[in-house]
Amino acid sequence: MAEVLLNIDDLHIGYRVYKGTLKVLDGIRLVVHTGEKVGVVGETGCGKTTTMRAVMGILPRQAIIKGGRITFKGKDIMVCGPQGIRTVRTDGMSMIFQDPTAALNPVFTVGEQLADVIKYSHVGRGLERRGAQQAITAMSIEALKQTALPDPQRIITNYPFQLSGGMRQRVCISMALVTARDLLIADEPTTNLDVTIQDQVLRLIKQLVEEKSMSLILVTHSLGVARMMSDRIYVMYAGNIVEAAPTEKVFGNPLHPYTQGLLRSVPKLTGEGIGFGIPGRIPDYFNPPAGCRFYPRCDFRLPECENEKPELYETDEGHYVACFIHR
Amino acid sequence: MAIVGLVVVLVTIAAGVFAPFVAPYPQHARAFVDYANAMRPPCSEYLLGSDPSGRDILSRIIFAIRGALKMSVGVLSAVVPLGVIVGLVAGYHRGTRLEAVIMRITDVFLAVPPLLLALAISSVLKPNLFNAMMAVSVSWWPWYTRLVYSMASSIRNEFYVQAAELVGASRTHIIFREILPNCLPPIFTKMTLDVGFVILLGASLSFVGLGEQPPVPALGTMVADGAKYMPEQWWVSVFPGLAIMVIVLGFNLLGDGIRDMMSTEEA
Amino acid sequence: MPRLYRVQLEVKGLPEDIFVIEQLKKYFATDDKTKYVKAVDGVDLVLRKAEVLGVVGESGSGKSTIAYTVMGMYEPTSGRILFKGRDISSRATKRPMEVKKELQIVFQDPSTSLNPQRTIAQILGLPLRVHKLVDSKGITDKVVELLNMVELSEDYLYKYPRALGGGERQLIAIARALATRPDLMILDEPTSALDVSVQAKIINTLIRLQSELGMSYLFITHDLSLMRNLAHRVAIMYLGKVVEVAPTQEFFEAPLHPYTQMLLSSIPVVSEVEDALKPEKVIARGEIPSPVDVPSGCRFHTRCTLVMDVCCQEEPDMVRIGSDRFVSCHLHTE
Repeated sequence: MAEVLLNIDDLHIGYRVYKGTLKVLDGIRLVVHTGEKVGVVGETGCGKTTTMRAVMGILPRQAIIKGGRITFKGKDIMVCGPQGIRTVRTDGMSMIFQDPTAALNPVFTVGEQLADVIKYSHVGRGLERRGAQQAITAMSIEALKQTALPDPQRIITNYPFQLSGGMRQRVCISMALVTARDLLIADEPTTNLDVTIQDQVLRLIKQLVEEKSMSLILVTHSLGVARMMSDRIYVMYAGNIVEAAPTEKVFGNPLHPYTQGLLRSVPKLTGEGIGFGIPGRIPDYFNPPAGCRFYPRCDFRLPECENEKPELYETDEGHYVACFIHR
Repeated sequence: MAIVGLVVVLVTIAAGVFAPFVAPYPQHARAFVDYANAMRPPCSEYLLGSDPSGRDILSRIIFAIRGALKMSVGVLSAVVPLGVIVGLVAGYHRGTRLEAVIMRITDVFLAVPPLLLALAISSVLKPNLFNAMMAVSVSWWPWYTRLVYSMASSIRNEFYVQAAELVGASRTHIIFREILPNCLPPIFTKMTLDVGFVILLGASLSFVGLGEQPPVPALGTMVADGAKYMPEQWWVSVFPGLAIMVIVLGFNLLGDGIRDMMSTEEA
Repeated sequence: MPRLYRVQLEVKGLPEDIFVIEQLKKYFATDDKTKYVKAVDGVDLVLRKAEVLGVVGESGSGKSTIAYTVMGMYEPTSGRILFKGRDISSRATKRPMEVKKELQIVFQDPSTSLNPQRTIAQILGLPLRVHKLVDSKGITDKVVELLNMVELSEDYLYKYPRALGGGERQLIAIARALATRPDLMILDEPTSALDVSVQAKIINTLIRLQSELGMSYLFITHDLSLMRNLAHRVAIMYLGKVVEVAPTQEFFEAPLHPYTQMLLSSIPVVSEVEDALKPEKVIARGEIPSPVDVPSGCRFHTRCTLVMDVCCQEEPDMVRIGSDRFVSCHLHTE
């Protein structure tokens, strides 16, 4: 069994706002092994981005961590202080975001932004003064080539506005992978891209991650994308992990009512029609349900679901469901 | 801070509205002389002192506030409807000749400093409250037009306005029912701030003798009258001056508060 | 193979055609006076009564521009739009009121298509008032009827859009479009901004309304799997032109145009059954060119894996294949 690279243990996070506290994350448990590709699937507002920001240490000021631990390569990164977090971010993990236009600084060239990433990493720190610039340029061009960008020499001198959406996202990927990392976190990296470009970018991410033996966390709301990219999938709903299993098991035998509802709602190429969706809305985070957070919308309610919170129960080899039906 | 502003504003309005009942010596706000009690410093009978004609300064300030508020209300009730409607029409017709004509006219009025224009107009016409109000109004309306124009011209392209147009709604409906309600918060904020500024402008005008004429008290006039007695009999100028400052500050704070409240509500 | 049938020649005069676009072009000026954004560059399309036509394309395809031009938000640069036989090729302001009643649109973003300062009752009441469909006493009842049609309760009457979720707002937008009982509803990616579970509800509502009221839908989207389950016919657009039109079943069983095949093979699906339905041969590659600099000859030749010499020089004509299929590709014009 491969080593555990990232371990999120019982994470509770809230947001302090004018009206009160939004109790968003309600005990997240998530594990990523070395060389593994993990998909985190959930709809808007389920807390998947909050979880990833907590891992990278870039939570907004209003966020309060009410409990839990995040360990990366054995070290607790919630208590390691600003220097520790910086090292983790420059050497251990990197992140690519949904909107490549917002992720790139419009007033600097691609080359300058890549150079910054290199300079602040352990590679940059190890470079000698003389010849550093050439080394950096060489590394940048190599990184751009790896993301199949045509004419990297020219792109180094381009500004982000001169590039198309797909190309900008490839630049972001280059920036994330230019120096060796252990973990790549991709937060909805292709949601804003056209479907033919999305396909290319996703295959590229998969190929690079496998080539460099990195781990990947892919956050998405699209079940199809998660299926294409992940070895294992976590399904999130309203700040909880409701199902976790290897990909084939999630799609072949979805157990949690929410997962089943999601799969039913996805339009399929077989043309069998679209399910009726899931009635109701996500819970109010100011006053979330006391028991299972999916209780108000669930078709398979049991009396205990209202006031007791289900744990993740293992039903099958590696298949976990947070539902009393499968206790 | 906004609460402080609110309190000041409420006190001011109460003083102005209920002047005859609040002022200790209401008769001093008319033609009145009492040289025996002239130039008395602040004391128990005359809380803020008395002026060269023996009139109680506090009472006169209260009545002067009444005049100042009258002026603000008058100016704003003329300026706001006019400025807003012109701004809405210009914003709706953005890109057309009509809009260009309207906005260039507005620019001309904006180019002249308000005080200067007000002075010019007031000195040509007979100096009284009504003419002062007219003078201030002429220089004030373009600010509302500018404000509303910039909002209306961007709201005009929002999908919900297009949706109403595509359904076939009339232009009047679009301008007043779809666009205007979305412009209101900054308009209200500006109105609140403007009450203070109009009072200030009015005081500047009466300071130089235009605007309300004696014996009706006006804050600026009172400051001017007491100037020559400075610094020994300071209370004649200082208290009216302080009144102006406090009132304007109060409206400013309230206006800021309203603006903050509106922006958090939307966010 | 039969040669060169312009769509318009085929279908002109047929009574079931509610809607015909003939060689529609819409160009936008750029700062550079010599260049234009050729958003729509010669499109022929037909929409029949009670039919759902899916118009599918990626960015730069011109699909939204077609919707807006048909709706009258833009003036066509050239070409004609015929609605029930009547020429309406002008901006909405110049069109008669009867036309506005029968042609409605639902926009993509539910948070900007409803006026935040108006209540739901006011928003839904507007079309009723404008077209004098009900006298002022009956308006509230009619509005409640509209709400019920999209399965929303009376409680929504006096709420403001900000109190509603994205899906509910979109249902209100649909109710607003329904108010005048239009014959044609244009839906511009109505569910792209929504989560998949909410999308399902909206789509099912749309399907139900379509069969109950016999409307035609012009459904703009980038989501082919959605069209597989919703549309009677599908039209694929690329860079301002239609490249393939076909009835849904035939289309998905055997897509003809290489771009269509590329689109289909790029869709991420959720089951192996669907994997088997995707064409393997054409893997996505290349970038979408800008509509300002349209490639010569066939627009797709820069990315096509089956490209031939003629493709770089000549633009292929639209050719009819079978009873109701059209393709614009040199592979099929021999």
